[in-house]
Amino acid sequence: MTEAWILFLQAAFVDNMPLTLFLGLCTFLALSRRSESAIGLGIAMTGVLGVTVPLNHLIYHGLLAPGAWAWAGLPELDLSYLSLLAFIGVIAATVQLLEMLLDRHFPAIHVAFGVFLPLLTVQCAILGGSLFMVERSYTLLQATVFGLGSGVGFAVAVTMLSAIRGRLAYADLPDGLRGLGIAFVLAGLLSLGFSAFAQMAAAS
Amino acid sequence: MARSFSFWPTLTEPLIRQNPVTLQILGLCSALAVTTSLATALTMSASLTVVLTLAAGIISLIRRHIPTTIRLIVQIVIVASLVIVIDQVLQAYLVEISRALSVYVALITTNCLVLGRTEAYASHNGVVPSMVDAFGNGLGYSLVLTIIGGVRELFGRGELLGRQVLPLAEDGGWFTPLGLMLLAPSAFFLLGLLVWAIRSVLPEQAEAAEHVPPATAEPAE
Repeated sequence: MTEAWILFLQAAFVDNMPLTLFLGLCTFLALSRRSESAIGLGIAMTGVLGVTVPLNHLIYHGLLAPGAWAWAGLPELDLSYLSLLAFIGVIAATVQLLEMLLDRHFPAIHVAFGVFLPLLTVQCAILGGSLFMVERSYTLLQATVFGLGSGVGFAVAVTMLSAIRGRLAYADLPDGLRGLGIAFVLAGLLSLGFSAFAQMAAAS
Repeated sequence: MARSFSFWPTLTEPLIRQNPVTLQILGLCSALAVTTSLATALTMSASLTVVLTLAAGIISLIRRHIPTTIRLIVQIVIVASLVIVIDQVLQAYLVEISRALSVYVALITTNCLVLGRTEAYASHNGVVPSMVDAFGNGLGYSLVLTIIGGVRELFGRGELLGRQVLPLAEDGGWFTPLGLMLLAPSAFFLLGLLVWAIRSVLPEQAEAAEHVPPATAEPAE
């Protein structure tokens, strides 16, 4: 169990999606103006990552990996080049399904998410999660933990950034730095903090 | 076609004035991740420009036959197929760089820049304008990547494209490499400074303040 916990912390803090790996930055910066939308985005990310990474793990190892068709007498078939298309399809379907479920059973949450949910289909962090899962050859349990950890890390980072940006709303910044410019500088400072986790991980 | 098409403005507008990265906030993920050295930045720029231009051409060609309800899926599938081709080509001919780029080549699929341009421009315009627009946006993206990649490699290692430009202190020169330049935070700082610089030159790009203090403000407490 401790191993899974370590992987969770690793995914959430050391390999933080937006701040260390630069994944999902478009939504990270666009939706961090308000705390409410940032928290909503964080929860949606955790949910979608936690579902799609294990699902893609099953599909990759069941259908696409080299040798997956050995039981059908085709041990040399290697479909791994199709993984990109398969992952995108799974992610799009999951997001759609999640949206329909929320719309049906939790309309209030669905309204709160607004347009973010469909946007997650083309979120690099979500596709990136599945691609890293293949590159690092995780097991099913590891894949689930990794997906959840990455989602939580994203949620923490985007909530922190939105809180700081909220405090800066009244600050008197130079004209050119307002908005996007200062958001990058803030993200850089946060990222500096998160690189300390990498040092701690390397030391221990 | 509603808009008249002029070649040069469509090509040059996205370079700085309508730059996809610094103004439209598109395609950031890959822009920051692959800029630790100039060579990876250039490879990534070339791959993205090729994918973007071809995708815009293909989507614009079949834009009248795509049902609007499923157009996003169709676009993603076209882009993903092109990315698979590029990825295989890189793995075959540029093994080292392909390894350095890791998953980021595959992530061109979900690069908002590609979908943004195909959705906003190529699905409403003819083939030639769409491809010119896509190429211009690709060049604008490449420009930002080249600048950041160049600065990070120059100050982080004293090299450009792997060749020593600034003599290192440990080899008897004067330059001490800045390790921070190779880490994640410096990419954010550099892009922030670049945005600041562009918006100082072109003030019309600056964002309006969210809260404007009243003209006759009470003295702050």
